[in-house]
Amino acid sequence: MNQSQSDRPGRGDMPAPGGLPPASSVGSAGFPGSLIGYDAARASGAGRSGSPEARAVPLVQLRGIRKSFGDLLVNDGVDLTLLPGEVHALLGENGAGKTTLMRILYGLTRPDGGVIEIAGAARTIASPGDAIGAGIGMVTQHFSLVGRMTVTDNLLLSRAGAGRLDRRAGRRMVAAAAERIGVHVDPDAVVEKLSVGEQQRVEILKALSRDCRVLILDEPTAVLVPQDVAALFASIRLLTAQGIGVLFISHKLGEVSEISDRVSVLRRGRIIDTVPTAGATPARLAEMMVGRPTVGVRRDDRDAAGGTELADAAPPSAPPKDVLSVRGLRLAGRGKEALAGVTLSVAPGEIVGVAGVSGNGQTELVQVLCGLAKPTAGTVTVNGIDVTGADPEKVIAAGLGRITEDRHACVVGKLTVAQNLVMEDLPRFRRGPFLDRTAIRAHAERLIEEFSIKAKPDDPISTLSGGNMQKVLLARTLARDPVALVVSQPTRGLDIGATEFVHRQLLARRAAGAAVLLVSEDLEELLALADRIVVIYEGALVGELPAAGADIERLGLMMAGQSAQSGAAA
Amino acid sequence: MSMRLVLRGREPRWLAPVLVLVAVVIVYLLTAGPIRGAGANPQAAYQRYIVTPLTQTTSLTEVVLAAIPILFTGLAVAVAFRSGYWNIGAEGQFLAGAIGATAPGLYLPNLPGPLAIPLALVAGALAGVLWSLVPALLRTRYRIDEVVTTLLLNPVALLLVQGLLNGPWRNSTSGFPVSNNLGAGYRMPLAIPGSRVHLGVVIAAVLAIAIWLVMSRTATGLRARAVGLSPDAARFSGISVRKTLLRSALISGAIAGLGGADQVLGVGHKLSQEVSSSYGYTGIVVATLGALTAGGVVLVALLLGDITVGAQNASLVLQLPPQMGEIVSSLLMLAVISMLVLRRYKVSWRRDRSGALAAADAPGGGGAAGPPGPPGSVSAAQSHDPASALPSMTASTAAPDSVSRAVSPPASAADIASPGAPSSSKTPLEQQLSTPDATVGTPGEEETV
Repeated sequence: MNQSQSDRPGRGDMPAPGGLPPASSVGSAGFPGSLIGYDAARASGAGRSGSPEARAVPLVQLRGIRKSFGDLLVNDGVDLTLLPGEVHALLGENGAGKTTLMRILYGLTRPDGGVIEIAGAARTIASPGDAIGAGIGMVTQHFSLVGRMTVTDNLLLSRAGAGRLDRRAGRRMVAAAAERIGVHVDPDAVVEKLSVGEQQRVEILKALSRDCRVLILDEPTAVLVPQDVAALFASIRLLTAQGIGVLFISHKLGEVSEISDRVSVLRRGRIIDTVPTAGATPARLAEMMVGRPTVGVRRDDRDAAGGTELADAAPPSAPPKDVLSVRGLRLAGRGKEALAGVTLSVAPGEIVGVAGVSGNGQTELVQVLCGLAKPTAGTVTVNGIDVTGADPEKVIAAGLGRITEDRHACVVGKLTVAQNLVMEDLPRFRRGPFLDRTAIRAHAERLIEEFSIKAKPDDPISTLSGGNMQKVLLARTLARDPVALVVSQPTRGLDIGATEFVHRQLLARRAAGAAVLLVSEDLEELLALADRIVVIYEGALVGELPAAGADIERLGLMMAGQSAQSGAAA
Repeated sequence: MSMRLVLRGREPRWLAPVLVLVAVVIVYLLTAGPIRGAGANPQAAYQRYIVTPLTQTTSLTEVVLAAIPILFTGLAVAVAFRSGYWNIGAEGQFLAGAIGATAPGLYLPNLPGPLAIPLALVAGALAGVLWSLVPALLRTRYRIDEVVTTLLLNPVALLLVQGLLNGPWRNSTSGFPVSNNLGAGYRMPLAIPGSRVHLGVVIAAVLAIAIWLVMSRTATGLRARAVGLSPDAARFSGISVRKTLLRSALISGAIAGLGGADQVLGVGHKLSQEVSSSYGYTGIVVATLGALTAGGVVLVALLLGDITVGAQNASLVLQLPPQMGEIVSSLLMLAVISMLVLRRYKVSWRRDRSGALAAADAPGGGGAAGPPGPPGSVSAAQSHDPASALPSMTASTAAPDSVSRAVSPPASAADIASPGAPSSSKTPLEQQLSTPDATVGTPGEEETV
């Protein structure tokens, strides 16, 4: 953390000298009309001391953007600059605050504080209408197209104004915009019949037809097949040559390296650093994304955590019969397989960490293990019981405890803490035909005490903070004394105290002989807790390392998909 | 200055009753003019509508009698809605139940009461189940929206009644499209001697208590509520969403069918086309206003019964048109439902704060900003809440899953924080199409539901 702060004297808006293409000149040559304003502005500011800002008036400048949802700080004083003609990548894990930041810029979310400057002047962007008026266009993962309408009609639809539809002008508009991104689009094609890649193009056309100078692409490649990605990148390059600034949100390192001029890495709502892409290796970016590993600290904690008993039980001394075993697990996904043959096993008293940049199949792996998705091939056994494709009920009965990354999807918000705590275990709390309310209450009070949950049994669980909600889930799961645990992103969004509590609980389970599979995007967490770390990349495990003295650089390379030199396969 | 609706953290206990009172006052103000225009004193009219029926024993029993059918349908709808099954077909199931009870009454007319009544009631309940079975299976097997299917089966049921009454069940003496009188054994015994109140009221009361017990005290009820509030979480916890929905749908159909049977046995003693005067639809209102709880349903059903009887009284005594009663009760529903939105939102007046986000619209920014939306307009669809909004309307446009996803707004705030997930069920298109007028301008809660 300290390091990250000292890293940002430039407050993130500092393009390295020479790190940019000569955007302004290209821009004014390629598309003079829309950029006259910037040329003029640049001329007037040119006298200033050669600071980066003087080189070109940024299209967008965000200063100190803050946003919190409840007690969760999503954007914590974010500064970001987008220059004409550059692709500025915003890199970060799920939950790092990328999308929120872009939603703020596009007027979909109101910030709690901070300034948005468009072309050098502060603007209030209170709605997408404001953003469009300011020349900002956004393409999200979920397209905002009317499927039954033609491309032309979709473009006309998005243009303000009443009166008769001029379809002929509309077609010309489609053609002109398509030419700008170097593709052919049939103006009369019905949108729902187009491929996803083509639909995305229509989205971009729509933004262009509204004369946008800033294009926000929110994880544009998540839905694309590789050929479409190549076409998209070609279009992006054409646009930047016309002076348009592109904000490219992604958590895929390879793409970011390929397409962007500068990268800003966002972690836990803060810009960790903004660097020219040219000088940043994927491994270094991965490290910035998931946090600087501080090896050793937590590792010591682990043995100290529960005193001697934990330390004693640490290594699996008994013949390790795998409690959780996964073989050849496959799951179909969009375009390519989400899981492409995952094989791993976890022995009693062992924590196996799954590392990887998010979106590489972790979510799907956890869903399959939890009984929420049925795999297309492969087997899952828990304690010798085959639970492949079984319902959550059977998975729970087999002795698997589950903590998933989306804790809100695991609790019924309006029911009370006590009710949520027994939800997986209702038959145990019956007396005759009725629920034993005294027992449920006592159970809740005991767990609240044991897990130091700051809540009363009768509080609706939606009123709890993220940390307390996570503790409730942990309590519910651990109260059943599971032989195996699947835990995904257990500390995402939690404060330090709650994080440590969760870590201690997981280590205690390990000491008690449970097999724990820990999926996390937080490298620090994995290194601190896991015995072994496997790396998942594009739905497959690409390597395995013992966590003790793990080579961070190698881990980073594996996470970036470069598994070649790591001989070990899981 | 602008008015905004801001999400409330916690609801004070006094709030709901106060809001209902406010709604009553609003309705009074709204209807005072028309009532005066119709030539009556508004105060006297209200006296007749609400108070008079409760002051005399005879009219009091009429109130109870009027409440019985909507008690059944209200309970039926509440059971279904509670588990997230949007059964709009109580009307059809009610009619099916009426047919079911009439059949033994016509074909086995000589059965003695102790046999005939249970037989007809069971037949009615089964007919209700049958009528709800197809939409329930379509919903649980193929995810076909039950709002549409249950709704469309209502006119089918009415046509079936009419077909029977114009065909095989046509009255053999008069030739009118009304069935023959049922056998003597099929006359429901009276619950209150000397009145028209029949044993159906006892059945409804027992049902209400049973539903309350099951919903609040049993594992089955807790599971059903969990499924209704958050199917994802319920599924995660090992609850079979499909089984729960199917069970609730069929029980709901059975209760509505029982109501239809009861109406035939207790009031008409024969099947007629008018056996249900929209009781099934009124049941939706009763259930919703009753917050989907058994106790609430009982109270609202009695209140509506009160106004129904009061309207008859007022039209006789004050020469008010009988429709005025319906106007009053309809307005009351609307007002109560609107006011109850404030259980979840509070109104906050505030100046358009420019703060750090300086309002100085850039001179060189190019292009006018979009028209500022009327602030603080909450689209009703954003308060999907089985307990307070009108699910019958909102559910028809949204898949049940998304309805339930929208149930807990506090969760949605954190959803945005994990941007990878497709958390916002509202696509940017809707946002663009609906902006600037459908956006809730609440920090942290913008149209993310």
